[in-house]
Formats: sequence, structure tokens, C-alpha cells
Amino acid sequence: MSASHALLEARGIGKSFFGISALEDVDFTLERGEIHALLGENGAGKSTLIKILTGVYRRDRGTIYLEGSEVSPDDVAAAQALGIGTVYQEVNLLENLTVAENLFLGRQPRRFGMIDRRSMRDRSKALLARYGLDIDVDALLSSYSVAIRQIIAIARAVDLSGKVLVLDEPTASLDANEVKGLFTVLRQLREDGVGIVIITHFLDQVYEIADRVTVLRNGRLVGSRAISELPRLDLISMMLGRELQHITRDHQAEPETIDDRGAPSIQFQNYGKKGSVAPFDLDIRPGEVVGIAGLLGSGRSETAFLLFGIDRADSGTATIDGKDVSIASPEAAIANRFGFCPEERKTDGIVGDLSVADNIVLALQARRGWMRPISSAQKRELADSFIKSLDIRPADRERPIKFLSGGNQQKAILARWLVTEPRLLILDEPTRGIDIGAHAEILKMIERLCSEGMSLVVISSELEELTAVAHRVIVLSDRRHVAELSGRQLTTDGIIRAIAGTGETEAA
Amino acid sequence: MTWFTRRLRRLAPQLVALAIILGIISLIAPGFLTVSVQNGRLYGSLIDILVRAAPVALLTVGMTLVIATRGIDLSIGAVIAICGAVAATLISDGYSLPVVIAVSLGVGIACGLWNGVLVAVLDIQPIIATLILMVAGRGIAQLITEGVILTFNDDTFAALGSGSLAGIPIPIYLWVGTALVIGLLMRRTALGFLIEATGINRRAASLAGVRARFLLFSAYAISGLCAAIAGMIVTADIRGADANNAGLWLELDAILAVVVGGTSLNGGRFSITASLIGALIIQSINTGILVSGFPPEFNLIIKAGIIIVVLTLQSPAIMTLFGFIKASRRSEKLNHGTKEATR
Amino acid sequence: MKKALVAAAAAAILASLASGVSAQSLTVGFSQIGSESGWRAAETTVTKQEAEKRGVTLKFADAQQKQENQIKAIRGFIAQGVDAILIAPVVATGWDAVLKEAKEENIPVILLDREIESPKDLYLTAVTSDQVFEGKVAGEWLAKDVGSKDCKVVELQGTTGSSPAINRKKGFEEGIKAASNIKIVRSQTGDFTRTKGKEVMESFIKAEGGGKDICAVYAHNDDMAVGAIQAIKEAGLKPGTDIKIVSIDAVPDIFQAMAKGEANATVELTPNMAGPAFDALEAYLKDKKEPPKWIQTESKLYTAADDPMKVYEAKKGLGY
Repeated sequence: MSASHALLEARGIGKSFFGISALEDVDFTLERGEIHALLGENGAGKSTLIKILTGVYRRDRGTIYLEGSEVSPDDVAAAQALGIGTVYQEVNLLENLTVAENLFLGRQPRRFGMIDRRSMRDRSKALLARYGLDIDVDALLSSYSVAIRQIIAIARAVDLSGKVLVLDEPTASLDANEVKGLFTVLRQLREDGVGIVIITHFLDQVYEIADRVTVLRNGRLVGSRAISELPRLDLISMMLGRELQHITRDHQAEPETIDDRGAPSIQFQNYGKKGSVAPFDLDIRPGEVVGIAGLLGSGRSETAFLLFGIDRADSGTATIDGKDVSIASPEAAIANRFGFCPEERKTDGIVGDLSVADNIVLALQARRGWMRPISSAQKRELADSFIKSLDIRPADRERPIKFLSGGNQQKAILARWLVTEPRLLILDEPTRGIDIGAHAEILKMIERLCSEGMSLVVISSELEELTAVAHRVIVLSDRRHVAELSGRQLTTDGIIRAIAGTGETEAA
Repeated sequence: MTWFTRRLRRLAPQLVALAIILGIISLIAPGFLTVSVQNGRLYGSLIDILVRAAPVALLTVGMTLVIATRGIDLSIGAVIAICGAVAATLISDGYSLPVVIAVSLGVGIACGLWNGVLVAVLDIQPIIATLILMVAGRGIAQLITEGVILTFNDDTFAALGSGSLAGIPIPIYLWVGTALVIGLLMRRTALGFLIEATGINRRAASLAGVRARFLLFSAYAISGLCAAIAGMIVTADIRGADANNAGLWLELDAILAVVVGGTSLNGGRFSITASLIGALIIQSINTGILVSGFPPEFNLIIKAGIIIVVLTLQSPAIMTLFGFIKASRRSEKLNHGTKEATR
Repeated sequence: MKKALVAAAAAAILASLASGVSAQSLTVGFSQIGSESGWRAAETTVTKQEAEKRGVTLKFADAQQKQENQIKAIRGFIAQGVDAILIAPVVATGWDAVLKEAKEENIPVILLDREIESPKDLYLTAVTSDQVFEGKVAGEWLAKDVGSKDCKVVELQGTTGSSPAINRKKGFEEGIKAASNIKIVRSQTGDFTRTKGKEVMESFIKAEGGGKDICAVYAHNDDMAVGAIQAIKEAGLKPGTDIKIVSIDAVPDIFQAMAKGEANATVELTPNMAGPAFDALEAYLKDKKEPPKWIQTESKLYTAADDPMKVYEAKKGLGY
């Protein structure tokens, strides 16, 4: 009778954190013997959904059914008891214990009240043998590779729970052979009827192992399809979205004007760093917006880190107005009048305990040096003028910036760079996690800035955003610049095709 | 006016605590608050507090900056011993006062730069990095004094510890002056602002072009400089360099003073004035215990008890109760939540 | 030139032969704790001097405050076949095994300066001072000095809870028990340091009516007394005259103060523990005369009458 029900079913799941919605009305269905990939960009809500299913977070709304009956996993232990086990990216085992101790932690076999080491050893051996693993179970976990630890973690989770296995980025630190081994194990578990949820950003692996995919974007469900019916192109457009096409810039009218902008003022040639981004060429003209597109992990942010000197390039040259420059540090980049709004606003952007005004003048003060302080009158004036022109709310320059909303924090960080009057402003996901109103304002501001002659590099996973503001878009895939789109090629479809590697990029 | 009220609000808990402690001591020891002029010099227990607070107040100035960078400097007690030993050696070898002072200050700054290298360049955790000099420093000082209390008879140098000028003991000039100079250096230039930014979020500050390494260096160097001045005062006071005991555990009193002054050990916003009031609170307790006549077995318990009370009164929960902090905590919580959501 | 060298070498060989055959000459191992204080350094110096005086060959080992180093050194002495071993033990326990080894080899062991918790048959004798007695000598001096006048005494204690602080306080109180005119009005710890001695004395002066009521300072060591003397001077009073100073240890600096009339009396904690030890050892080896299990060193009282400058000069070179 339970056979008529799905193994795990979630309906109308909603979750918000202190008024900000992280998941809205999401459905998710997992069948027995199915490998189900959960996909989406950063902040799409994958982790939140997983944490609700495995009892880490409590949902605000919605119902969860396990084999047809309603369940409510209130904590990790409860979820485990129900049959839902998780293996996180940072394998959640203890390195300083033996393999056997890890497998039986918290449920050691006992005899006369003492831990029965022999039975624990034998049972560990038998358990791992099912996964084709013949190792010394009395050795410390730390003596084994990440791949083996991962299988041990899976073995523990399946042994403990047995119905649903959740894997969060299991292949992130494995090499090709290890991935193959892991997939063999997963296929065997599928044979055994275990339902497996896997979060990953490697699309090749999704096509290799998954039966079905569910895509989330901005906390909402985009869709759930069988992988066999889903061409790669469609999957990418599901992930990156394409609903807002009406605000796309009218690129047909533009090719002429681009050349009018004159010679490139900032040029990067053969610029790259091993293990980060393959060498690329990039020319940026005054008043030009260069977009950078690509999936998560394609090298988007890494490109920004190179341009701003956070990572040091190990090949290539940078020239500004024909002169060679070295951009080996953020200080050097700033000295060349670059600015950078990082993606991780909380950790890399704001200085939380300082006031909005202090945050706004920080980069300018750093560039002037400690001996030439910005007077408090100057600071007030600068802060007030940007609070007004960017409509930062509340309009209180003395308030610690940590008390502002994400959108207003982002505006303050933008203001921090605008006061330095940069020639190149690099924006990494400038609209991530901010409300619709601020979103539109920031896009408008980007247009205004470039019309004033500033050059911008905009990195975004919102393709409509890129096609709306950028004159050209560089497409990255697998840490490599694979295409450059401009003019009439610059459409969301064109970008998606380029990412999927099927776009015929005519000479630009 | 608004500036003044804001300052007052920031310093209110410390000032109130200091006033209460002085009040209680004067009840136990009558005449405690009397200040008179004797032999052309201010005289009284309050003056003793100001004089005896000199070493810990000086250390507190440097420690405040180091803690603002999210660091800690455990070595300054040992730096006192080193600089005291250097000063005593030079004085007894007949060098002139300016030379002695310059070399001692230089040695203190060098000690601070050493810590700076470990923390800023080698990225060793500050507590470990400065522990090295804390342990080794006394050994170095003993090598300099050759294991004895190195005494000298030089009245001009001794005046740094026990002399007076216009009726006011010289150590008071030294610590108030140093605090003023460094306080102005911090607030009249951008150093204080940049140090705060680095301490709150070093990565974000670096990405905004702040030279975090230079700031760490300067904080530890100033800490070493302050310890050097304290070392000269301590040495001049007893006319001898006691490598074993000079400045012993004083770094802990300095950390305590900073904490009592309300600067967070997590780095960031700092107030040298508040830390100095913290140092005066600690010294008032010390002096108060001495004049109160309690048996010495109670010293540490009394001190710990009072400090627990002071810190409890400053805890956010109690402060909200008394209205020193407005209801900003709610929004802080809210903010914490959004951080979770964007992960 | 060459000739002179040869002659010198020959003389050296002869000398060593001579000392080798001499029945009188002893080889003694000395395991010292370390050099943590001036007094300890002086003890080492005096021990070496005493050995030289008696023609004893002294093998010296500095343990740097570690018992394991001391045990290692003692085993080394046993292996070298020394005639006797002196130990200044760093801690009171953990000596039984190594002392048994020495006993099996018939090597007598003498403890210097501190006693240990081992069976008394494992060592020949212990040479130490009596801290209670030191305090008593100081107290008795003060009682005699003030006569029948009323006298308020302030006391600068050693580190709270340390045995010299407890014992010297107890001894002093015994010493003044008979004199009902002497009262200890204030007592605080000065941690055995000059700085704290000075700071505590300053507060005593404030608390006791500007110091005019204080008749004497009793300090558990000379360093605190030196600090107190400075505090008294800075308060505009005359140490040694307005306020009497009596302390313990007899380190060189207090004799300088005494010579200037700023200190009145000090009780010596003699660094010469080795002298009595060698005496007992020689008597034991010669006549098999068992010494008592505890030899108390002299706690000599020094006052201005003892030519303090001369004592200072004599003590200066000992490494205090």
C-alpha cells in the first residue's frame, strides 16, 4: 500500500529568516531507487530545503510525507530515526577516531556495559565490504583520503537511516577516478531502493548519474524533470532564468556606438592564474559595461579577484592607457582607480560595527593614507550626498551599517567606491539577496555611471540583468573564457548556448 | 554638545563605577579623599592612585590599540622588564639621560615590531605570537642585569619615577601625556578609524585598500613604546631594575582595564579614555585594599569580586535595564537572521 | 719560552698527582637548584669558596629549577664515585629512589637550605635556616630597642601563603609577645618585591596619619624594606630615625641603607650552608661521627654597630 506513495514528498515548503524569505512554496518529490539532483545558483535555497528535510531547520509552512505518512523531523536525530541521513560537503565525521568508532559513534555495540570492540570491528568490516571497501577499520579516519572518508560517511548514514540519503556537493574535492568509485556506490544504493538527493554544480555529473533534477531559483521552485527529457540547454536556462526579457537592452541598435567609445583604456592580455582562471584577454573601453556570465564554479568571481589584484596573476600583462601596470594587490588596483563590490557582502564588504558614513569613506581614506584624514565635516558631506543620491535608508549616517538591510548595505558599498571616482568598477553579483526595488535602482545606476564614462565589469548569474545592462558579455565555463557576445548575439539564449558549449559564436 | 553627550554616554558606566568604588573606599578609610600639599607636592591616596596607575595606564593605552585590531599583547610585562634593565644598565654605565631614554624607547619599539612581524607577516595568532616574548623577555632582562637587582644612584633618572614638577608627580605627566599624544594621533589622523575597520573586518578593510599589515605593525609598536615608558617609570621608582618582578602580570591588568573600559576583545571600536578609566578603577581597588587594612589573604578575592560586579553592571542585559543602550538589540538579532538566510 | 711551557706542564702534572695521592682531598658533588635569586647565586659562590678553602674538589651542577636535572646530576655524581653529595632540593618529594642508590654506594648525602619528605636514614643531615627563628630574632631586637615606649609596627609580608611569609610572621610575633607596648597595626603583602614594598608602605603612611604614628617597619625581606625606605623618604620622614626599619635576609643593599642610617637591623639568612655541611662531613668521614639530622644555620643579627659598609663590601662580590 505504501508502494503507491513516493518515498519522500514535500509540499508547499516555506521558510523565512526574520522576515526575509528563503524558500517559498517549494514542492519536492523523491522516489525509491532514484538519484535526484537538486540544482540552483548560490542563494537559490538548495541548502535551506535540504536542512528542512534533514531536521536542521524547522519549516514555517508546508508538509513532509515519508512513505505516505506525514512526518515532522524536528532535529537531525529525529530525521535520522525516520530514515533520512545526510553527508555534508565537509564530511561530518571525527578525524581523530578510528573508522569503526566513526561508523558506530553513539551506538557502539555493548557487552556487559562495556564497548564490545570485537563486534564493532567485525560489523564495520562487513558494512564496508558492501561498498567494496576493504580497509583497516582500527586505523584513524585521518589516515584515509577524502574519497574513502566520504564512502565511510555514506556507509554510516545508510546504515543509520537507510531510506533517504542526502549528499551535499559530494564530488567537490574528488578526482575523476574517485568520482567514478563514488558513483558506483551510489548506483548500487539505487539498486537497493535507497532514494538519493544530490546537490552539485557539476552538470556533467548530473547527466551521468541523476535520474531526475529539481531546479530552484531565488527560493522558488522552477521545475522538476526527468533528466532524459531535459536537454542541457533547457537545464541551464531553468537555472539562470529568462523571464524578464522585456527589459533587455536594444542591442540591435548598438554595434556602431561601441566602436565610437574609442580605444580600450584598460587591457588585460593573456591574464590568468593556474588553478583559478585560464589566461584570457579582456579590453575595457571607457563608458563600457562588460558582463561576465557562467554557472556557479565557472570562474566568475575568480576573474574578478584577478582583475582587482586579490589573487595575483601568474601570466599575462595589464595595461592602462597603453602603460604597463602591476595589479598585485587591492591597494595597487585602487591606486589605478579600480573599485570592487564583492559578492560576499557580509564577510568581504561591510565593516559591520562602523557607521554608514565610515563605511562610505573607507576606501577613499585608505587611498589618502592615514596621515591625511578626511575631516568629519567632509565625511558628513560625502555620506549625506550619497545617502541622498543612492536613496540609502534609513538616511542616518551614524547608524552602524550592520543594522541596514542587504539592499541598503549594497548601496553603501557602491557609494564607498563612487566617492573614490573610479575609472573601473567591478561588481560581483550586485543584486544578490536584495529586494526588487533596490534591484532596479542599482541597474539604473549602472547605466547612469557608464553614461558618465565609467567602465564597469558586472558579474551576475541573472542573465536578464546582464543582457539588460552589458554592452558585451564574456561567458565562462570550466574556469575558461569560452565566448564573448555583443550586438545581436547578446541574448539570454545566446549566453545559455555559450555556457552549454553549443553556441556558434561568430567572430565578434 | 551632541559630541559631548555622546562621549558622556559612552563613558558613563566606567565613570559611575569609578565614583562608586572611590566612595566605598572613603567610607572604609576616612581621609582617603583628602588631598593636601606636603613638601611642595600634592599628597594623598588619590594622588597615589594616579601615580601607581602609571605603569598599567601606559600599558592600557597600547593594549587598547592592539585589542582594537582584534589582537592581544601578552608580552608587555616582559617588555617592561627588558626596557627597565636596559635603562638601569645604561644609567649605571654613566650614559646621559637623553641617550638612556632614547635607547630604552627604541628597545620597546623593537620588541613591538618583533610582535608585529609574527602577527602581521607570519600570521601567527596574537596570543601565541606575544606569548613568545612574554616567556623569553624575562630571560633577556635577566641576561642584561646578570641576574641581580641592578641598582643605580642617579637622581635625574630616578625623578621619572618619584620626582615631581609644579607639585604634580612626574609619572602622572608621563602617562597622561602619552595617552594624550597617542589619543590625538589616533583621532586627529585616520589611524584610529583604519585600525577599527581592520579589527572589525580585516578582509573587508583590505579589499577597500586599507593596509592592514602596516596598521598591525603600528599597533604593536605603540604597545611596545608604552611598555618602554612604563618600564622606565617602574625602574626609576625603586632605583633599580628587578628583572624577575618588574611588570609581572601587569599585561593581565592592562587587558582587564581595556575590558572594564568596554572595548570588546573581538576588536573594533575602541576608546582610550574609557580604557584609562578602567585602569584607574583597577588601581583604585588595589590602593583601596591597601589602605582598608584587610588581611592580605583577601586581596585577590576582593579585587575579583569588585571586577565581577563592574563587568556585570556593564553587561548588555543590565545596561538595557538602566537605559545606557537603547533598543538596538532587536535589530541586531534581525540582522543576524538575514545572514543565515543568505548563506 | 718553550722551556717555560714545559715547566708549567710538568708542574701541573705534579700538582694533580699530589692532590690525587693526598688522603685529605675529597671530591664532592653539588646539585644546585639554579640561580633564580641573588641569594641563590651567593649560596653557589660561597659553597665554591668553602670547598676551595678546605681543598675539596667541587663538582657543580645547575638544575635550572628542574628535579629531573637534579636526579640526573646525582646519578652522574654516583657514577663518578664522589665522596659525598650536597643537594639543594628543588621540591620536597620524589627523592627516595636516587637517595637509595647513593646509600648503596655508601655516598653520604647532605641537604642544603631545604628539607625533603624522605626517610631520614637516606641522608646524613640537612643544613637549613630556621625561618621562625629569624622572625623571632627580628622581633626580639625591636622589643629591646624600643624599650617600654609604645610602638606601632607595620608589617610587609612576603608572598601570601609562602612558607617564609608564614614562618617569619609567626617568629616576629613570638619575639614581641612579651612586649605589650609593641603592636602590629597593619600587615599587608609586598610580594617580596621592592615595587610592592614601596607601594604598600605609601598606603600605610596615608592610613596611619601621614606616618607619624608608625614607629617601625618589619619587612619579611630586605628588598621590601628598601622599597619602604624610599616611600618613607618621599613622605618627608626619616627612615631609621622617625620610623625604624628591621628586615630579614641581609642582602648587600640593606647594608648601604644601614650605613646611611636609613635601616636599623637585618637578620641574616646566611648563604653559607656549605660551611657547616663540610664540617659535619669531615667529622663523619674521619671519626664516623653521625651529625644530628638537622643542623640549624646561624641567624645573625646585623645592626649599625656592625660596620655595615664593611659587610657590604664583603657581600658585594658574592653574586647577590
